[in-house]
Amino acid sequence: MSDLMFEPPVSARARQIKERAASWLEQRERDEWCERDQLALDAWLSESSAHTVAYLRLEATWGRAARLAVLRTPVPEAGDGAPRRKIRSLLTTFAAGLLIVAGAAIAGGLYLLRPVEKVYATALGGHQTVRLFDGSNIELNTETTLRAIVDARHRMVWLDRGEAFFQIAHDTKHPFIVIMGDRRVTVLGTKFLVRRDASHLEVAVMEGRVRFDPTDGGPSSESALLASGDTVVAPANAMLVSRKSSQELAEELGWRRGVLVFDSTTLAEVAIEFNRYNREQLVIAGPTAQRIKIDGTFRANDVAAFARVAQAVLGLHVENRGDQVVVSR
Amino acid sequence: MAENPSHDHESDGSHLGAAVAPAANAWFVREVLPLEAVLRQYLQHNWRDHSDIEDLLQDVYVRVYEAARRQIPDMVKPFVFTTARNMLINRMRNHPVVPIEAVTDLDALSIAMDAPGPDRNTIAREELRRLQAAIDRLPPRCRDVVVMRRIEGLSRGEIAARMGITPDTVSAHLTDGICALSDMLYGEPAADPRRPA
Repeated sequence: MSDLMFEPPVSARARQIKERAASWLEQRERDEWCERDQLALDAWLSESSAHTVAYLRLEATWGRAARLAVLRTPVPEAGDGAPRRKIRSLLTTFAAGLLIVAGAAIAGGLYLLRPVEKVYATALGGHQTVRLFDGSNIELNTETTLRAIVDARHRMVWLDRGEAFFQIAHDTKHPFIVIMGDRRVTVLGTKFLVRRDASHLEVAVMEGRVRFDPTDGGPSSESALLASGDTVVAPANAMLVSRKSSQELAEELGWRRGVLVFDSTTLAEVAIEFNRYNREQLVIAGPTAQRIKIDGTFRANDVAAFARVAQAVLGLHVENRGDQVVVSR
Repeated sequence: MAENPSHDHESDGSHLGAAVAPAANAWFVREVLPLEAVLRQYLQHNWRDHSDIEDLLQDVYVRVYEAARRQIPDMVKPFVFTTARNMLINRMRNHPVVPIEAVTDLDALSIAMDAPGPDRNTIAREELRRLQAAIDRLPPRCRDVVVMRRIEGLSRGEIAARMGITPDTVSAHLTDGICALSDMLYGEPAADPRRPA
């Protein structure tokens, strides 16, 4: 690689170790990486501090490169070479945005030393199903970012924002842990939903049991064992456990089918739901209109269909203003 | 199946094994690595044979890291540069001809050592921006492989198929990329990445 202009002066011993460390780093991210490989890596690392520092140094940068993936919009399977160019232009576009995540990303420092962390993210209106190493499935709803370390020894997921439905493969020896800021959910095998936005957190259990508690240093005292049908809503410093019918739970999961299900839902809340999925924002103007309640099922990405219903059925005034659909009395 | 608690390091959070002190690792990455560019300058300034720099740097890192595993030093910069200085003096003593002019210059960088660094968040933001720039500066094939693997999350096999190369060549590009990114990020002065070396 003598064509690299930035190549520092080379001395053989350090260079050799560096290349070996890079090779380990590359191999440990392959799918076929197994316990025996890990033992071999551990052995190599403990052979000498020179190995450890070389590995730490490369891992610090390489681990950080994964942070660039956080803002990646999932690209549909294209088959041709197109996605590559798209990714590169996205990188440039989001360069400024990257700076924002950087603070949080690197404040820890420790995360760099964890096993390989994979980042999954969906854009506005996105929906993606991820199958993990242990056979568990995670379905990501719109504008969701989560990081996962799932391998033979670890089952950890961080929900950084958004909403996801978890179907966890049963494994009593390795609890599956989902961390949402300063709260976490611990499970052995079950189905549950987690939703996180700026101010509140919701966990709904569809099947099995999960434990919901604060992480170390999080708000103390509140911890709950949740069974099927239980829903916990937790704003910053409180926690409310309630029981939902299977019908209500099914409605909460409407997004998995691409639909929004409303049941005595105010238009104010309807707008919030639609706006989670679409660039075109629904605005309900005026308190009278906001308090109107509706039942019904709509396609999450079809604001126009809702607008037609608002006009024809509810007798409301609908006006298109650029990226906004304004509904008023 | 018998329980075997001695092999259970599932909860230690690090894959570097239980034998390695996680605090020293985190400290090394957070506090020491960002000093690499200045440390390199210091070594180059005080050591004639520049082909030794990589080895010298590694030796400083090893000494600093091993010391940190016993106890994390309070003051990072003074500790790192004092370690480097002592190591250079030792080497010069063992050198057949001691390069006198270098010895007098050994403390020249104490100024850099005392200068307050940018706050942690600025470093973090700056580093991510530089990382982005570094990826853009990789040789084209290497860069494409790195982007597909690390950012797009494609597997080795998928990349090989897409680029018409073997999986081993993909791995070779990746290891080159991993080394080059760290060298650019840590090895170059942060001020102006386009400055000639």
